[in-house]
Amino acid sequence: MAVVSETIDERTTLWSRMRVWLRKNYGEVPLFAWLVGALVAAIIEMLVGNPFARLIGMPRGPVLFGFLIVLKTPLLIPPAILYNLVIYIFPTLLVARLLGSLSNRIAGWLMDRSVILSTLIHLGLLYATLHIWASFNDYRVLVVKLILLAIMITLSLNVVNGYMGEFSCSHPGFMAMGAYTASILSVVFFVDDSVFGPAILPPVLGQFAFPLILIISGLVASISALLVAVPSFRTRGDYLAIISLAFTFIVKSLIENLEIVGGPRGMRGQPDWATLPVVFVWTMLCVWVINNYVRSTFGKTMNAVRDGEMAANAMTINTRRTKMVTFLFAAFWAGVAGGLLAHVLRYVNPGSFGIQKLAEVLAMVYFGGLNSVVGSIVGAVGFNLLSEALRPLELYKWIIIPIMIILIMIYRPTGLIAFTEFDVKKIIQPRNRDREA
Amino acid sequence: MAFFFQNVVNALQWGSFYALIALGYSMVYGVLMLFNFAHGDIFMTGAYIGFFVATMFVGLSATGILVLPNWLILILTILISMFLTSFVGMAVERVAYRPLRGAPRASAAITGLMVGIILETGNLALLGARRQKFPELIVSQTYDFGGVSVTNSKIMIVLVSIGLMIALHQFVRRTKWGMAMRAMAYDFVVVPLMGVSINLIAALTFGLGSALASAAGILFGIAYPVLDPYMGILFGWKAFVAAILGGRGSILGAALAGFLLGFIEIFVATIFPSTLRDLIAYSIILIILTFRPHGFFGEPYSAQLRL
Repeated sequence: MAVVSETIDERTTLWSRMRVWLRKNYGEVPLFAWLVGALVAAIIEMLVGNPFARLIGMPRGPVLFGFLIVLKTPLLIPPAILYNLVIYIFPTLLVARLLGSLSNRIAGWLMDRSVILSTLIHLGLLYATLHIWASFNDYRVLVVKLILLAIMITLSLNVVNGYMGEFSCSHPGFMAMGAYTASILSVVFFVDDSVFGPAILPPVLGQFAFPLILIISGLVASISALLVAVPSFRTRGDYLAIISLAFTFIVKSLIENLEIVGGPRGMRGQPDWATLPVVFVWTMLCVWVINNYVRSTFGKTMNAVRDGEMAANAMTINTRRTKMVTFLFAAFWAGVAGGLLAHVLRYVNPGSFGIQKLAEVLAMVYFGGLNSVVGSIVGAVGFNLLSEALRPLELYKWIIIPIMIILIMIYRPTGLIAFTEFDVKKIIQPRNRDREA
Repeated sequence: MAFFFQNVVNALQWGSFYALIALGYSMVYGVLMLFNFAHGDIFMTGAYIGFFVATMFVGLSATGILVLPNWLILILTILISMFLTSFVGMAVERVAYRPLRGAPRASAAITGLMVGIILETGNLALLGARRQKFPELIVSQTYDFGGVSVTNSKIMIVLVSIGLMIALHQFVRRTKWGMAMRAMAYDFVVVPLMGVSINLIAALTFGLGSALASAAGILFGIAYPVLDPYMGILFGWKAFVAAILGGRGSILGAALAGFLLGFIEIFVATIFPSTLRDLIAYSIILIILTFRPHGFFGEPYSAQLRL
């Protein structure tokens, strides 16, 4: 007994000592320095990743922080940890520490100039880091793209399920609408196809028309969302869940019966327009718009509808308008994400927009946290990284992940980080302002 | 006319599966105000348990250790697997629903979904991906009623499921346990003050629902003798639709809606190409719910809902 308590004490002191050390040395390091540090780490990996990995006994640089390789050959655990420390953690910490005060000055200067400029520069750094990290191999590019898309989908579902408190199951349907609209548009107009005939417009223009295609597919998804939004005036909760579920089934079945888009076999031949920068820009746009939407006055009416529809009505909130706009808004982003997904995978089939997808999206939303932009991002990234990292376990992956989600639900019933939005200014501001003032 | 009645018979059989599963959803909803999203997979588990029990008895008979007639094996299989599957249901309640009582309802829905995935994957991991064949317990005989051909297994399936529904109805109406369940559905807060254990009744509800799902699984195995680990997903969600369509918490409504769903699906499949089945069936359901948003026997929705 005594031994146990002693070790626990030791661990807590070690942990708290580490926290004190972190706060002392890194308490005033702004995001800017962290991003530069991550960028440096990514560059280091690009330059010496593979040779270093071979030096410490790994066949080549680990793809996903060594999770995959460690699960296949557990003997490689020490080199994988060493790799992560030397390539990622140590350079990041070092650069962040060295740049601490300088970057505070830079961040403060940028902040005083223009918040938008500062945000854009931060995003640019983030993108550069991601790009260099992902360019290490193709698998990483795909994983990053899928994670970014998952963020969009999770966020847009969280708007309906978390902020407005409905239990909507229609997101796979919206995504399917978006994916097929985007695929049809790009294939009809810009690709020589055996079904749809030769390209109507020169394929060179396609890259520039792609945003327009995505917006149209989002709008189509929005229009289809009327089917769910209008019944939601009269009913909610479980009946709405059924209506939205029926919507998903109907969309899937409709596509399966449309022979021109390939029926159940699916549709391929989408051009390779959804490159990493395109997906990144759309995702950031989505995060920005949704974060502002839910923090606006109109966004607060969603919470009012959730917490008490009658009371909200009595407070002069037009609940119908709130529901309608929210459903169409969420469906728009789901449609855009679907359109991007079709172009990332360059193949769509109706089977992938079924109940499996629904369970996955719901799991991401509730894993990350209800009513929370930060939570959705954490949920989407965490769930996808986890499911990629556990891939070598094959079947057992789908036992471990559900158990983890059940545990999260039991101990944090609203998800990991619920009820949190972020304020861009707070994130990018320099960290030493208090002392200066 | 014979064509019509032929399809009525088919629809009765098809609908009885939905109805039996929908009853489980509806009972849990009535008592706990929650939907048990693992129910479709409990149906699958029940079918597999039935498969093992039946195979065991058939094996015993074949080796001559315990020679039983086929009808006795069938009855024993149904009873034993209903008993065993009810424990699966109670375990699901204990693991995924009891810790979340008082949490947002959607969280419990997620844990239910996750338990369902665990059941599917666990089955796949234990038994492998190959499909199991349910042993043939009924020697098929076809009766002809004026052009309508009816097999004895169809009659048996419909009769057994209707019998189970009546038994359930009597249980809920006539026994003390049933009274406790109805009381809990009526008022969740006062019932413990009357000396009724909420946990016990919740477990009982899950157990009963799972037993019915298991019976549905075995009957399904008799009609379509191929079992695979994912067979519960589609059945579960469709029965969920039926439970809602019947009106939440209404046992009679769930049974009727289950049969109605079976009728719609069978008749759509015979009149139109069968690929259009889901499309038309769900469009009909969407239309019904637009005009009767609270189902056949449900109460109109009240404004107060927990998240």
